[in-house]
Amino acid sequence: MLPQSHAFKSGARIALGNQPLQKALGFMKTTGFPAKRLAAVQRLPEFEALREEGRTIKDRTLKHLDFYLETFEANVIATGGHVHWCRTAAEACETILKICRALDAKTVTKGKSMVAEEIALNEYLEKHGITPVETDLGEYIIQLRHEPPSHIIAPAIHLVKEQVAETFRAAHTDRDPDRPLNDGRILCDEARAELRQKFLAADVGITGANFLIAETGSSIIVTNEGNGDLTQTLTKAHIVVASLEKVVPTLEDASTILRLLARSATGQEFSTYTTVSTGPRRAEDTDGPGEYHVVLLDNGRTSMLGTEFQDMLRCIRCGACMNHCPVYQSVGGHAYGWVYPGPMGSVLTPTLVGIQEAGHLPNASTFCGKCESVCPMKIPLPKMMRHWREAEFARDLSPAVARRGLAVWAFLAKHPTLYRMLASAAIRLLALAGGRRGRFRTLPLAGGWTSVRDMPVPEGRTFHSLWASGKGRGTR
Amino acid sequence: MSGRDQILAGIRRSLNRGALDEATVATLRGGLAAPRRNLIPARATILDAEGRAALFRSMAEEVAATVEPIATLDAVPAAVADYLARLNLPPTVVAAPDPQLAAIPWDKRPLLTVRQGRVEDADPVAVTACFAGIAETGTLMLLSGPESPTRNNFLPDTHIVVMRKSQIVGTYEEAWTKLRARHGAGNWTMPRTVNFITGPSRTADIEQRVELGAHGPRRLHIILVEDGDGASQG
Ligand code: SF4
Repeated sequence: MLPQSHAFKSGARIALGNQPLQKALGFMKTTGFPAKRLAAVQRLPEFEALREEGRTIKDRTLKHLDFYLETFEANVIATGGHVHWCRTAAEACETILKICRALDAKTVTKGKSMVAEEIALNEYLEKHGITPVETDLGEYIIQLRHEPPSHIIAPAIHLVKEQVAETFRAAHTDRDPDRPLNDGRILCDEARAELRQKFLAADVGITGANFLIAETGSSIIVTNEGNGDLTQTLTKAHIVVASLEKVVPTLEDASTILRLLARSATGQEFSTYTTVSTGPRRAEDTDGPGEYHVVLLDNGRTSMLGTEFQDMLRCIRCGACMNHCPVYQSVGGHAYGWVYPGPMGSVLTPTLVGIQEAGHLPNASTFCGKCESVCPMKIPLPKMMRHWREAEFARDLSPAVARRGLAVWAFLAKHPTLYRMLASAAIRLLALAGGRRGRFRTLPLAGGWTSVRDMPVPEGRTFHSLWASGKGRGTR
Repeated sequence: MSGRDQILAGIRRSLNRGALDEATVATLRGGLAAPRRNLIPARATILDAEGRAALFRSMAEEVAATVEPIATLDAVPAAVADYLARLNLPPTVVAAPDPQLAAIPWDKRPLLTVRQGRVEDADPVAVTACFAGIAETGTLMLLSGPESPTRNNFLPDTHIVVMRKSQIVGTYEEAWTKLRARHGAGNWTMPRTVNFITGPSRTADIEQRVELGAHGPRRLHIILVEDGDGASQG
């Protein structure tokens, strides 16, 4: 399947001239997450000290990662569950399919999971005759719109409510077409009603995990909606798909990091639902899943250990770095072209999918340092972006990471949607750089997809410098 | 070599070492057997029981839960009936078959219909007990079990939780300690599900604006029973 030029044009338009996108992103700067985070952080005098604690816990864990994973596995087994070790996205997808087939599953409900996005699970399940239903409101909206998420905690953050209304009107066809859908309350209620039936009908529930607990063999999810809980409580089996750096030693360690997570993400003191799941339902229980599976994904993480990118494995996916990033605030998440946008994505994406494909992302930075200053896990994001730029510049890649990139490239090449997203990212950023200077209409938009795929060696200039010099349009 | 062994070997290779020696493993095991507390914010640790209850209440109310103090378990039926009447909700509840709720004299309010057990989809109101309240963030801690099905906390539009004041601890760490002590030291297991619940269900997925009642309960009402210490063993 070859990419097409009209998609390129519309992609550029999204980042640039699309008023709803700019309006939706505008909430970041006013009533949105950053202001709420600041208030929550200021309210907790120990917040800075807790960041240090969080960093220490994760570093301690990574140092003995093999021990904690083996112990986690032993405790999952001891409580009646199963652990499936998967090296690649493909292995994880196959494993999940096998579990679903063994239960004769027709539909699965899903809680929001970025790892499931990373392995392109929905696409895979659909291809094999199983219907995945996203149940997080934001994920549900973008699934109906056939869009990828644009934010790791608020996947539909690029939309305004009028667009959500349009989507619901088109999707929920057995409802009155003239019903009012003009505010968030009504939209939320409609989604609730639609999804309630799906929760009750689903065979298998799939969630991600914010933490895996070595001490107890538990997984923890953190949500606000309660969808992850209905997903895992009402189905025959609960499948947890988690990357292996999610493991922490004890419940105490998770509690410390939980104090950082919600405050950094949404500015809440604590998320509405923090749920610790251990094994399948007990013999005497009257509800809960009959089976509990943890699909433990590597997909390149172990290659990051011991490298200059190891610190990235501390990431708890709070989203603070993107919420505070001037580039993200301007272009939104889709421009980054893969599941992980913003500064954390600029570091992680080249690591996971290869610098050959995503080498331009580390340039999408003004190096203002805001991301690092808000990162609860004290990840030196600008430094790592600089690493990538240097690596990319010198083409002096560390062998493990480079090999990794090639393997994943092969996977991506078989997944056109992801591939297309990746390929479009640089162009959208550059288009934005031009557009900010009022040159949108003069951008060479007719270049077509073949030229996009055939990307030249990146020039190693920052987004900021391109922007400042006004030469963004000329780098192709 | 299995995928598992390859991943573990990859970790060791990246960390530039072989398998851990026995002494290190023993030390790490010890760390898991006796979990160490990390830094705990002072907010809830400096308070006495009254202070914890007050903090719990204000934190819970901040996230749109409602908290109603009552004197004794005897007063629960009236509190539930009046709460539902105030909101024009039908006087029909499903009560978890929880021993902690066993002493509630439901028949004192004949107009309140009470069924014991697990909620089904159409049931509008659940009444449950809880294992602990956590003052630092106004969080409830509920454990799954035959007497406390997890779905009762999520399916109904309205969730009413009956908690004794003596169940309120300061911090998450204190709650874990209480859980580990439940079946005697060294002999504890996790229930299938531990739910920490802080306010009613919500979402900010549309324009970063909070709406209550996304998929879980639209209302969380906490009835705080004053009947002193000793009664509560969780
Ligand atoms: S890099 Fe830091 S700020 Fe960004 S998502 Fe990860 S933990 Fe949060």
